[in-house]
Amino acid sequence: MPPPALEPAASGDKPLVLLAQPLFPEFAAALKGRYRFVLAADADAAEAAEARVLLVPGLKTVTAEHLDRLPALGLVAATSVGVDHVDLDACRHRGLAVTNAGEAFAADSADYGVGLVLAVMRRVAAADSYVRRGRWATDGDYPLTTKVSGKRVGIVGLGRIGSLVARRLAAFGCAVSYHSRSPKPSAPYRFVATARELAADSDVLVLSCALTEETRRMVNREVLEALGGGGVLVNVGRGGLVDEPELVRCLREGVIAGAGLDVYENEPHVPPELVDMDNVVLSDHRAVLTPESIRGALDMVAGNLDAFFAGRPLLSPVTL
Amino acid sequence: MESLGVLMLDPMDDYLKQELGRRFQLLRLWDAPPDRHDDFLRANAESIRAVVTGGGSGADAALIDALPGLEIIASYSVGVDRVDLPRCRERGIRVTNTPGVLTDDVADLAVGLAIAALRRIPQADRYLRAGQWKDNGDYPLTTRFSGKRVGIIGLGRIGLAIAKRGEGFDCPVSYYQRRDLAHANYTYYPTVVELARNSDVLVVACSLNEQSRRIVDREVIEALGPRGVLVNIGRGGHVDEPELVSALVDGRLGGAGLDVYADEPDVPEALMALDNVVLAPHMGSGSLETRTAMADLVLGNLEAHVLKKPLLTPVV
Repeated sequence: MPPPALEPAASGDKPLVLLAQPLFPEFAAALKGRYRFVLAADADAAEAAEARVLLVPGLKTVTAEHLDRLPALGLVAATSVGVDHVDLDACRHRGLAVTNAGEAFAADSADYGVGLVLAVMRRVAAADSYVRRGRWATDGDYPLTTKVSGKRVGIVGLGRIGSLVARRLAAFGCAVSYHSRSPKPSAPYRFVATARELAADSDVLVLSCALTEETRRMVNREVLEALGGGGVLVNVGRGGLVDEPELVRCLREGVIAGAGLDVYENEPHVPPELVDMDNVVLSDHRAVLTPESIRGALDMVAGNLDAFFAGRPLLSPVTL
Repeated sequence: MESLGVLMLDPMDDYLKQELGRRFQLLRLWDAPPDRHDDFLRANAESIRAVVTGGGSGADAALIDALPGLEIIASYSVGVDRVDLPRCRERGIRVTNTPGVLTDDVADLAVGLAIAALRRIPQADRYLRAGQWKDNGDYPLTTRFSGKRVGIIGLGRIGLAIAKRGEGFDCPVSYYQRRDLAHANYTYYPTVVELARNSDVLVVACSLNEQSRRIVDREVIEALGPRGVLVNIGRGGHVDEPELVSALVDGRLGGAGLDVYADEPDVPEALMALDNVVLAPHMGSGSLETRTAMADLVLGNLEAHVLKKPLLTPVV
């Protein structure tokens, strides 16, 4: 336990930033020297009383209780885009600002989502294993797969990520429709009022929306049945968007044709039944793990912290 | 439909086989054991007026010469590098292929292989199935795909389709082919080496002929470099395969997404052990939708021939 601060920090000292958990090495290296970082769990009474910013690396849960310990708090800064791990109601009640990584992860999320669509429908992952096991020589050609170009794509959530997914798949000649809380008049795609209707009209359903109380388990049996026997689900949003046990049942029963998953309800737990399926592509929540995204997120975090301490408008505030 | 005698060289596709059997007098070369193929041909030579073959089987001079009644060879592929075209021209034999209908599938797979190779999608899938979720302390970084410079060898139908998809990912697109097309959006390079030097992802999308054989050689591979990725949806013959393998193993080439190989279905052992490659079993056109369309084109060409109408997609 570090000795208590004897007097308030003099002006010119680095601003204090509490950390919900340790920073990624890249972040620690880049931000070193600009702020005074203290792990929230290690903060002494004076630091807890002084802290105006809580920086949340990764997806560490932040509860109302955590926030209550920090009376001077003004900003909760996330390094991710999704902020479902933060008690946003508590932030709203306290009048706190919350920032996320803005657009930093959008390109990689969208790329990975499209990569998963192609990998599931054209069996890129399963065929790669087929070749590595020597089966091309012994068992002949890989079975026929499903064409991607020209298929109907339904995107849930047409935010930064969803818009990029739409643009990429439109270049494959796919007809793109979307569902979100409200229509986006500037979007050149067809708006559909419910997730179920979107699924009914889609060959591929891509999830790229935030996890909130309204969207939790939005992909349920009804939606999966609407997606149907030729349909494929790709999730680069949050595992909580999907009723996972139901998804596993639907894949096993052939209610839908396949799935590409980067996220799960209870990471790092992956339902064991999925491990034996050829019509599923599994990924360990790595859609945004690129140096480019990390650099971008770093810029957003540093930019938001600088803006906050300078009293300027935040770069990527989340609407609470 | 008159009883056109059609020789199918190998099973290839059930729908095609069934329809050929339904519409024509179908002879199946694989009904005879491999060492009796010559006898089979001799016995049936007079009635065979058409051959249906695939990209891999082709039709060489020996086969063509064994069939004096041969009028048309319909290939269930777009590549006809294994059909002896000069011999066909000499004999007045027509040759058809299946362009256009497979363009989208092949372009889709090219992009799918590029993303899968750069982002290591099959590797992640394999690790998870082996029970190894990489935890926070040891997360693997892969490099972003969008915005990468895409270089395409051959800006034909497939090359253009790949270019269009690349634009959707904000990838600057450049290309090499013998002729500068002065395309508004894509940069031309007069040599493959220069194209490779200025690309992050190099895609082979041209047809295989004498000029393009081994067009991706050591110099091109090294120009593409330790962070570059080669995607081959053309033919194995486009690439110096031993050189490719050694460059990947050594790290002189960053990665590869391969659908075709020098000696299919044999894939070099050394590639199977690498994490920076994605290996596909020549399935560029392998969707149900596309193979049906390809089969219909083969059947349509044969029917046009019988009805003395213009062939749908002639090569010769």
